[in-house]
Amino acid sequence: MSPESEPAMCTAVKLVIGAGNRDRGDDAAGLAVADRIRAAAPPGVRVVLLDGDQLGLLDAWADATEVYVVDAVCSGSPPGTVFRFDAACPLPGRFGHRGTHTFSLADVVELARALGRLPPHLAGYGIEGNRFGVGAAPSPQTRDAVRKVADLLLAELRAGG
Amino acid sequence: MTHGSRVKVPALARVEGEGGLEIITSGGKVTEARLDIYEPPRFFEAMLRGRRYTEPPDITARICGICPVAYQMSACAAIENACGVTVTEQVERLRRLLYCGEWIESHTLHIYLLHAPDFLGYDSGIHLARDHPELVQRALRVKKAGNGLMTVIGGRSVHPVNVRVGGFYRAPAPAALRALASELEWARQTAEETVRWVAAFDFPDFSHNYEFVSLRHPHEYPITQGRIVSTSGLDITPAHYDERFTEFQVPHSTALHSLLDGNLTYLTGPMARYSLNHDRLPPDIARLAREAGLENKCHNPFRSIIVRAIELLYACDEALRLIASYEPPDPPAVDVQPRRATGYGVSEAPRGLLYHRYRIQADGTIEDAKIVPPTSQNQRAIEADLRDFTATRLHLPQDQLTHECEQAVRSYDPCISCAAHFLDLRVSPR
Repeated sequence: MSPESEPAMCTAVKLVIGAGNRDRGDDAAGLAVADRIRAAAPPGVRVVLLDGDQLGLLDAWADATEVYVVDAVCSGSPPGTVFRFDAACPLPGRFGHRGTHTFSLADVVELARALGRLPPHLAGYGIEGNRFGVGAAPSPQTRDAVRKVADLLLAELRAGG
Repeated sequence: MTHGSRVKVPALARVEGEGGLEIITSGGKVTEARLDIYEPPRFFEAMLRGRRYTEPPDITARICGICPVAYQMSACAAIENACGVTVTEQVERLRRLLYCGEWIESHTLHIYLLHAPDFLGYDSGIHLARDHPELVQRALRVKKAGNGLMTVIGGRSVHPVNVRVGGFYRAPAPAALRALASELEWARQTAEETVRWVAAFDFPDFSHNYEFVSLRHPHEYPITQGRIVSTSGLDITPAHYDERFTEFQVPHSTALHSLLDGNLTYLTGPMARYSLNHDRLPPDIARLAREAGLENKCHNPFRSIIVRAIELLYACDEALRLIASYEPPDPPAVDVQPRRATGYGVSEAPRGLLYHRYRIQADGTIEDAKIVPPTSQNQRAIEADLRDFTATRLHLPQDQLTHECEQAVRSYDPCISCAAHFLDLRVSPR
């Protein structure tokens, strides 16, 4: 079964969710960061990979208290640009997109806020990509940003959030 | 709107993908409505050439995050048709059960979060959730019941990994499926309430005399198999699809348009399925459809939300029936050996007819592939409707006209990701 299998209900205090699609170039950035966190995470940190329906976030973080989400973004900024968000405030437009049957990270965060299903602490990173074609290789700038975000997030997790 | 104008919606909201709408007028009349699809085409058909005959279910599932099962089922059917293989009844029933999960997920999402906000005066499902969280919570719970089927049978709720040519890699245990029944029973009851809820919406007075195209099965409401039929009497096997349906390029869209018999604009999807197969619904669901105001045919695209609710109810009902009689296929897949041949497969994706054709070599290498998704087929019908719909609304302020056009387009639940992607409205003078 793929590691991007169903996000299980998670009771870990700290949860890292990598979102994306490994088959679409830079869209895999969130998953790549999560891979690195999983390999080096301090005790008590759970890692979940989410491939596809972002509404799955609502269940993935249902019982977690401190959640970090990493996803690719496409805002027109230079590839590899790293954005930090904290869901205490509405997410900026770069974390949203137009769509019918796929919800963006910003959509799901605002839906969760409306439904009272936001975790007590929700923050994360966006990595600007520019290659999203099917079968595309991640861009060098995004690969560098993946390493940078993984280091930042690990430091944050080790420091106690 | 003044004489000779051009209304443009540069980017449509709450439709999947990237595209726009342009209404061209002359002398105060609409002369043309163009659905501009400008997402880059995906080249999946080219990607499939040279791949193994066993690969299309996994590769084509990646075309869409909301209807991967449809791609897998049409792909499997086409490859098995090429190889001269008929799967067992147990495999066929398990496929249908998996497909019910996809219909439940897709229809629930569209009814509650994408289409209902239009009728209730909200900009989005998020705005709806702020005032009516209970509605959105119940939608998410129904959708989750569909996710459960996808997870248990397909291995995960998106892009299933347990589907293969010939059947499945492993058959789920009966107990794992029975464990889903109570939640599906709740979803079934909620779907009944959903039908009554959406039936009370205020629908624009608009209709079109569509040429409907869908599958038709001797005994069942069509999902995984059947003959291709139409309002005007088409009745063919999938092998004859290319003789009757023609695809062609238009300058304003990266997705191919499609015609029946060279000149007939047609519509596929829930309204077509219902209109051509209402007699295949169980009596209690058919009765509820009538109580909800549906006649034997549905010609008002705005009322498609009722049809989707009826199909949501049917999918829950059918899933419960299939679980109750479930026998694990043993083996879980039949052996499929390649041979030099061309195979054809059609199934009913949530948005309509999905056609696959593969020509394979004797060693199993794919020589040629053709995929025709429902949104691609529906483009001309959507444009025809928008032409008629806007003709009586050109006097409206731009923002109101834009909103109403977007609502009209959303009635079809287009998936531009599948077709190529989507709405931007432009009204332009000539």
